Amino acid sequence: MLTLAILVPFVGALVLVTAPGLRATTSRALAVATAAVPLALLCFAWSRFSLGGTDFQLVEEMAWVPALGVAWRVGVDGVSLALSLMTGVLFVATIAWPMEQRERERQYYAWFLFLEAASLGLFLTLDLLVFYVFFDLSLVGMFFLIGRWGHGERQAAALKFFIYTFVGSLAILLAIIVLVLRTDPMTFDMRVLIAQQPLAGAGPVATLVFLGFVMGFAIKAPLFPVHTWLPPAHVNAPGPASAILAGVLLKMGTYGMVRMPLQMMRETFAAYALPLAVVALASILWGAFVALGQTSIKRRIAYTSVNHMGYAVLGIAAAGALVAGEEHARQLALTGAVVEMVAHGLITGTLFLLAGSIWARADTYEMDRFGGLAGVAPKLTAATVVAAFASLGLPGLAGFVAEVQIFIGAFAVFPWVAAVGLVGILITAALFLTMLLQVFFGERPVERNAFADVGRVEGAVLLAILALVVVIGVYPAWLLDLVNAATDSAVVGTATVAPGG
Amino acid sequence: MPIGDLAPEIAVLFTAVATLLFAMFAPRRLHVVGAIIALSGLTVAGVLLADQLGRTGTTFSGTFAIDGVGVWARFLILVATGVCVMISPGWFATDRRHGEVYAVFLLSAVGAMALAGAADLMQLVVAVLLSSVTGYTLAAYHRGWAISVEAGMKYFLIGALANAVLVTGVVFVTGMAGVTGYEPLANAFADGLIASPLLVAGLAMVAVGIAYKLGAAPAHTWVPDVAEGAPVPSAAFLTVVPKIGAAVAFARLVTAVPPDALALRPLVATIAAVTMTIGNLAALRQQDVRRLLGWSSVSQAGYVLMAVVVIDLDTGAPTALVAMLGAYTVGNIAAFAVVADLRGRTALSDYSGLAARRPLDAVVLALAFLSLVGIPPTVGFFGKFTVFEVTIAGGYGWLALVAATNTVVSLIYYARVLSPMVFDASTNGAVAQLDKMTWAAAVATGSAIIALGLTAGLLLDQLADISLL
Repeated sequence: MLTLAILVPFVGALVLVTAPGLRATTSRALAVATAAVPLALLCFAWSRFSLGGTDFQLVEEMAWVPALGVAWRVGVDGVSLALSLMTGVLFVATIAWPMEQRERERQYYAWFLFLEAASLGLFLTLDLLVFYVFFDLSLVGMFFLIGRWGHGERQAAALKFFIYTFVGSLAILLAIIVLVLRTDPMTFDMRVLIAQQPLAGAGPVATLVFLGFVMGFAIKAPLFPVHTWLPPAHVNAPGPASAILAGVLLKMGTYGMVRMPLQMMRETFAAYALPLAVVALASILWGAFVALGQTSIKRRIAYTSVNHMGYAVLGIAAAGALVAGEEHARQLALTGAVVEMVAHGLITGTLFLLAGSIWARADTYEMDRFGGLAGVAPKLTAATVVAAFASLGLPGLAGFVAEVQIFIGAFAVFPWVAAVGLVGILITAALFLTMLLQVFFGERPVERNAFADVGRVEGAVLLAILALVVVIGVYPAWLLDLVNAATDSAVVGTATVAPGG
Repeated sequence: MPIGDLAPEIAVLFTAVATLLFAMFAPRRLHVVGAIIALSGLTVAGVLLADQLGRTGTTFSGTFAIDGVGVWARFLILVATGVCVMISPGWFATDRRHGEVYAVFLLSAVGAMALAGAADLMQLVVAVLLSSVTGYTLAAYHRGWAISVEAGMKYFLIGALANAVLVTGVVFVTGMAGVTGYEPLANAFADGLIASPLLVAGLAMVAVGIAYKLGAAPAHTWVPDVAEGAPVPSAAFLTVVPKIGAAVAFARLVTAVPPDALALRPLVATIAAVTMTIGNLAALRQQDVRRLLGWSSVSQAGYVLMAVVVIDLDTGAPTALVAMLGAYTVGNIAAFAVVADLRGRTALSDYSGLAARRPLDAVVLALAFLSLVGIPPTVGFFGKFTVFEVTIAGGYGWLALVAATNTVVSLIYYARVLSPMVFDASTNGAVAQLDKMTWAAAVATGSAIIALGLTAGLLLDQLADISLL
């Protein structure tokens, strides 16, 4: 079933690539239908998922290279199920969203489906080698989406994105290899690696492997100071690709950080939790302050991603610090981090889609070229206001649920880091409010009098995602239960297990 | 019937004679038929070879080994020769001696096969000479073109020196140990043969002789010149086929010397480390893609040697040796097939924007490079991974560390080709293509890089527990 969720979009992409006669509208309809299949399958998987059950459920396994312990293994725990559900939703939304530049539609939708297959594969797989392969495939998909359908300096932006994250992925590959070579019998199975903790007590080797993982995932997340690929990639990407980049691809960094360093190398992670928290703090503050200085709508949103992923990493770092007696706070922080990933995916995804539709109508992102859009485009305004408030963490919306848990957890473990991090929330509020004021209220330039409101499809997509944001904000229990099922064992875990256990 | 043990070699030899006779009497426009004769002969040899799978033993009075590693290596030689034959008709079509080239390819392949089976120092010398003499001809095949002649000349001069060193080394070893076979040599060590300075020197000289065929330090300097100057099909052949035979020959020599009797393994480990590092550092600055491929092939020889170093120290080493050789063969030949398909274009700047104009060639080249780096799921990953695994398990962790560093460095020069190819705007005009058969060879090897990676489980199962005498 989970395998099918990965295969269907992949086959859909192949069909789109090899069917030359297909018209644009047919391609789009086919792509939306194909993207909906994995979402339905994942919802079905969710209904079969037992909250009190074992860590990884709905496992499917097929041998690939038994001699090296590599296999096609898929399965979910609460974290990966939540993230893959969010991925499924976001892909349906972005594929349904109208294209900005209507050219080579068939290939555009094919790349989107390919990227969906790679993203779902990454979240669902339980094999480190397959994880790495999907990590690289996601780079290829996003590279072509930015390079071909972007605007401005799209090729340079795509190249920068590719090179940064590919170098990061190489560090991850080396770390994976060293980690796996320590297992006996050798296996790439994540479940075994989590149980065995193969690098416990390995000294400098463990530190190097940890650094490899953290560096690779920090580039992807991205954290300060390796975030510099992100703004150009976002600014030049088409809106829907930006939404996927922020909503899904960045999560691969934080998801990887939870799965590999945190779960497979508890001891080493605990030793370096504080430095990681400080890096996260730097990202929070840097992201917020730099975002405040941006004059372009999209750059501003892009930098808030650096800020928000900083919160997520802060939560992960707090969860990994083995402070005695604070198990509950650590679990709270991790749950918060995972909810932040889901919430940020939905919220920032929406903001980028909105930014995309502003570009499609006005051909610019500069805030001072706008004003008073509320009068001509009330629906667009309403959606942006809700998304922006959700992003700045207004109670009752999804972002608040995440951030409050991260900070409660982090205060118990790293009180000073958390206290300074709160400044980030204030700045974020300021930067979103000033943006809303500038773009949607006040005096409207004459050239914006003909600014069109969102269309039917756009409206439906926005309504669906924002409804989800509100539901998570008002009644988060269903999501929290799902995530808690996984974070419980991830945090408490058994510190050391004898080899072979 | 011992003569049957050499049936694959004899089949290739007869095919060589047949192509030669055909080329003598057929008009030049029909010379392409020689390629078909050669491919048929190679297929027959492959079928005959399949009969030897699972056998372990020596034949012809202990001079020729038939074992898992030998059979698989000879199989690789046949396949690699087949691909080189496929890319030849287009390349040599305008050459007056087109038909004869197939005979030379096949004879050289016989030399490499003999090298892979050599279980005796005299047999080793014969194999190296057969492989070398035909190799000089292949490198200098365009005798009217100075660069090709230069490549042949350099190959010949270094070869003459290396072969002289090899023969002298064989004389020393035979003189001190009193035997030429590897098995008697191993027995002599077991009976307390003392590692006298002359014996050590002799073995080191034999190692240098084999290193020449392998393209490893210190006799590696011919590789970039041959890769750049030789006709592309010859370059593909010479950077792959003799190396397969030489790597196995090296492994057999190392097996004959017990680790505690003489420190041959640390010597090989040093050669491996130096080879991969020199190859990589030199490749970094190349402005010529064929030369770059030559240096990359030097560094790959270093990775292959890692499996040789630990050959009796870890049970997985024979498997790793064959896996690494197979992965290298597919990746390197695919890269050269693309170069041939682009009619030998060689300047780095000529590759800018290629992805837009010739997407399929660009994809195959990218796959070939990723495989040579060892990025999963290409076959290169599984080759390199098994080698790393046995190297660490065999107690040569430092060598694995050197290799890992080199692997990261190697990404830089492969990226220097790939990134302008994909990212730069395409420059003027169409790109000339060689012919359909070359294109097919490029696509086939490119698909094999992925297909073999996806079926790596089956292949490694086949290779598990293969024997090396």
